[in-house]
Parts: sequence; structure tokens; C-alpha cells
Amino acid sequence: MTLALSTENLTKTYSNNLKALKGVNLRVEKGDFFALLGSNGAGKTTAIGIISGLLKSTSGEVKINGLDQNKHINEVKKMIGLMPQEFNFNPHEPNMEILINQAGYFGISRVEAKIQAEVLLKKMELWDRRFDVAQSLSGGMKRRLMLARALIHKPSILILDEPTAGVDVEIRKSMWDYLTQLNNEGITIILTTHYLEEAESLCRNIAILNDGVLVEQTNMKKLLLKAKRQVIILDTVEKLTNNISIANCDCEILDDTTLQVAQGENTSISDVVLSLSAQNINVSHLRSSQNRLEALFLSITS
Amino acid sequence: MWIAYKTIVTKEILRFVRIWIQTIIPPIITTSLYLLIFGGLMGSRIGQMQGVNYLDFIVPGIILMTVIMQSYANTVSSFFMTKYNNSFEELLVSTTPNWVILLGFVSGGVCRGLTIGLAVTFTISFFVKIQINSFIVIAITFLITSVMFALAGFINAVFAKTFDDISIVPNFVLLPLTYLGGMFYSIDILPNFWRNISIFNPIYYMMDAFRMGFLGIGSVELWKAFLVPCIMIVMLALIANKLLSRGVSIKTE
Repeated sequence: MTLALSTENLTKTYSNNLKALKGVNLRVEKGDFFALLGSNGAGKTTAIGIISGLLKSTSGEVKINGLDQNKHINEVKKMIGLMPQEFNFNPHEPNMEILINQAGYFGISRVEAKIQAEVLLKKMELWDRRFDVAQSLSGGMKRRLMLARALIHKPSILILDEPTAGVDVEIRKSMWDYLTQLNNEGITIILTTHYLEEAESLCRNIAILNDGVLVEQTNMKKLLLKAKRQVIILDTVEKLTNNISIANCDCEILDDTTLQVAQGENTSISDVVLSLSAQNINVSHLRSSQNRLEALFLSITS
Repeated sequence: MWIAYKTIVTKEILRFVRIWIQTIIPPIITTSLYLLIFGGLMGSRIGQMQGVNYLDFIVPGIILMTVIMQSYANTVSSFFMTKYNNSFEELLVSTTPNWVILLGFVSGGVCRGLTIGLAVTFTISFFVKIQINSFIVIAITFLITSVMFALAGFINAVFAKTFDDISIVPNFVLLPLTYLGGMFYSIDILPNFWRNISIFNPIYYMMDAFRMGFLGIGSVELWKAFLVPCIMIVMLALIANKLLSRGVSIKTE
């Protein structure tokens, strides 16, 4: 297994004695689409800060593509593209200049940077706004600008801290598509997000931080299999009566034609629908009451 | 590293040129007022200082004061803003070494000092016939003065937490030191006690050397006038580089 990122006993204690990370051992494979989840204050941003060189760790080791971060600082920095959670560009600078300057900080010539900036700005649908200053962009556009900036030096690992926060549904979908495309091209992506459906639909592997401790690190599918009970909501054609029952399931009538069913272990959705049908109740619509990953996340971190 | 350096300097130059109404015009107006009040209205009553016309005497001081203030203002405001809007992180995640970052910001300060120093000199030339005794002395004095105060501005910005913190030093330290460094008078006319105190003011040496470059008059030997600021440059550069590598007020401790 080739690792794009590994951390060994990574700890961070801030000067106010806050222990943000307590010996974290992360493993991210090359080419992975990896979700790093955790509630607010769990240590995600601290971990990302250390990995990308914005913060110093208190102890522990970070390796990027097998290279020790402390010993090969420049090589490691070239491999990482960071899109932070907070906007961190000069709002008075034109968008094109922000990208070209960032490339310049990595030693990329202005001519080369212009070509790459054009490609990325077009991809992010910001090309028409290239001469505008960054503060004139909407929240979603600013996020796309930061994504373009993170990619300007062609990194092999892309770290995204809440990339779609404040982005409307349409643009979020197009960003997902673009990120999937980047991942298919071989870029390892590490994502933190509060939208768990985003992590569920994009990521193959997942780690969950809770209070500075890594409480889960596994394959997304394996983790979702742990979600034994799924709660579904059914809209029925016929009016519901109080004597509805489904084997191995807990049922609750929400209103005349809405039923909430907590699926029991080894009970499929077909079993639920067939059982209702046998009781002369037909299902018109079905939806999940809670995202499975969300339910698991809450049970793990609570 | 050259590309990174060039990028920072270009960015710095574009920054102060973009806001030319705030950066270039005010010093020109201030200079014109100085010349009008101290030179034109009061100067004729003062007569001569160190054997030259008072108006001619104050010209090097006014130009050097502009260079000091502008070099300082550029690094202190620019670096503070990068901290304020977190855009310094763009440099932190990049491969640009700390000394290149420092050199880039200081060069930006020197460029602004030079640009506005030249603009002020051009303005002065409408009031006075500018004399040049030694262009090399003027150039060296300008450079060491500008570098020294750009470095000082950088250190100020590292520690600054609010906008007030970046204006305290220019208003309460730099301006008094400039005025007391012999901008409007020769320290030879001071009583012994004040003259002895003035020799601890680094601006006095720069002012004296600058005046030597323009008018050929001075109170301090030239080597001494260059040595004092050069020692300070080395000290300030070491401090600034240390602060950067420790990530003081840049990286959360």
C-alpha cells in the first residue's frame, strides 16, 4: 500500500494548554478520496494546518508520499495544495493576480502561471471575472477561486477544508463533479466537511476525529454497514390504522398517510413494502429520515 | 527563489501604485507645505545654517524624512494587512524561504521610499535649485536609510495586533526622532547636553550624511554616519528573520 499521507502520534498542544490533537495516526492511500470528519473543535483544522505547514506540531511525525515533512519541507510543500476553510486572500487583488502570485511563490514563472491560471479560472467559471478584485466575488465564487489557487502549482495531494460551505446546490454539484474528475486523474483528495452526504457520496475512506483522538478510520462502505438500523419514512396511498405492524421493525404513525419505520437487522426495504402490501397498504413515496453516515457519526462522536 | 522574490516585490509595488492617492499625493502636499512655511515664510528670517541658505539646508532633511516614513509605512501596513486578511498563509504554504519573504517586503519598502523620494525631490525642484555634491553619498544614504526603516516597519507589523499598533511607532517615535535628528537645524547649535543626547539618535547620522551628499556640509565623519545605520540594519534583519522563522504572530503557537 503506497501512502500519500501518514502521521505518527501527531500531537498539538496550543499555548493556552488546549490539547487539539492527542496522538493521531492517519493513513491516506495514494489516489484516495478521503474524508476527515469531526464535530467543531475536534481537531480537523489543526491536523490540516500541521500537514500543510501552517502550524507546528507539538510532537509526532508527518510523512507526505513517504517524505518526512521536517526533512524535505520544500518537496512536501510542492506536493500539497490547500484550500482552507476561511477566505485567506487579499480581497483587493484581482483574481488572476492571486493565482499568478501564488504560482510565483512556488517558483513558477509568470508565463507558465498565466497558462495554468487561465485553465483553472475557466474550469471554475471565473474567467470573465479575472480582472475583478476578489472582494467583488460571491461566497461561492470565492471558494472556487481558492480551489483554483490550491491547484495552481499542480499538487498531487489536495486538502479541502469545508470546500462547499456556503455554496449553492448547483455549484456544489459542479464542484463535486470537478473534484471527482481530479481524483480520477490521480490526485489524492483529503476532505473535511460538515455535509455528511458530501463525504458519503465522494469519499472511499473515512477517519473521524473526536476531541483530538482518531476514533474511526476505515473504508466508507464498511463503516456504513455498521449502520444496522436505518429509519425510513413512507408515504402511503391508503389511510393508516393503529394496528400496523412489520416484523423486526419499529413502526410509528406520523400522520394519516405517513409512517416511520426503523428497519430491524436483516430486514430489507422490500420486506417492509411487501409486509405493508399484505396489510392492503400501498407505498407511494419512500425516503430516508436520516443520512446513515450522519447517524453513525453522531453515535461515534457522542 | 528569484521568481518568488520578484513576485513579492512586484506585488508590493502594484499595491502602493494602486492606491497612489493615499501613498504618493499626501507626501507631495506635505513637502510643499514644509517648504512654504519653514523655508519660504520663516526661512528668510532665520538666514543661514552651517553657512547655507536655510531653505537649501532643510531640503535634504525633508527628502530623507519622506524616505524614512514611506519605507516604514509600506512594510508595516503591507505586512500587517497580510496578517489581517490571513493572506500571509499563501506564503506559508509555499516553498518561499523566510529570508526571501523578508527581502521581498523590505525591497517593496525601498521601492516606495525611492518612488516617493523622487516625487518629493521633483516637487522641491519647483521651489529650490537642488544642489548635488555627491550622488554616490546620496544613493548610499538613501539605501541604508530605506532598508533600515523598512526592516523596522516589518518588525512593528509582526507584533502589531490592531491598526492602532501600526501608527503608534511612526507618530510617537519616528517623527520625533526625525525632527530631533537635525532635520530643521544643525545639532552644532544645540547646548552640549542635547548635542550629546542627539548622538544616540540614528537618524542624526543619516541626516548628516544625506546633507553631505546634497550640500557638502556635515558634522559627522562619513564612515561613522554609514556605520551606525549599517550595524542597525544587521541587527534588525537578524531579529526580523528570527521572528519569521519562529512564526511569531503568524503561526498559532
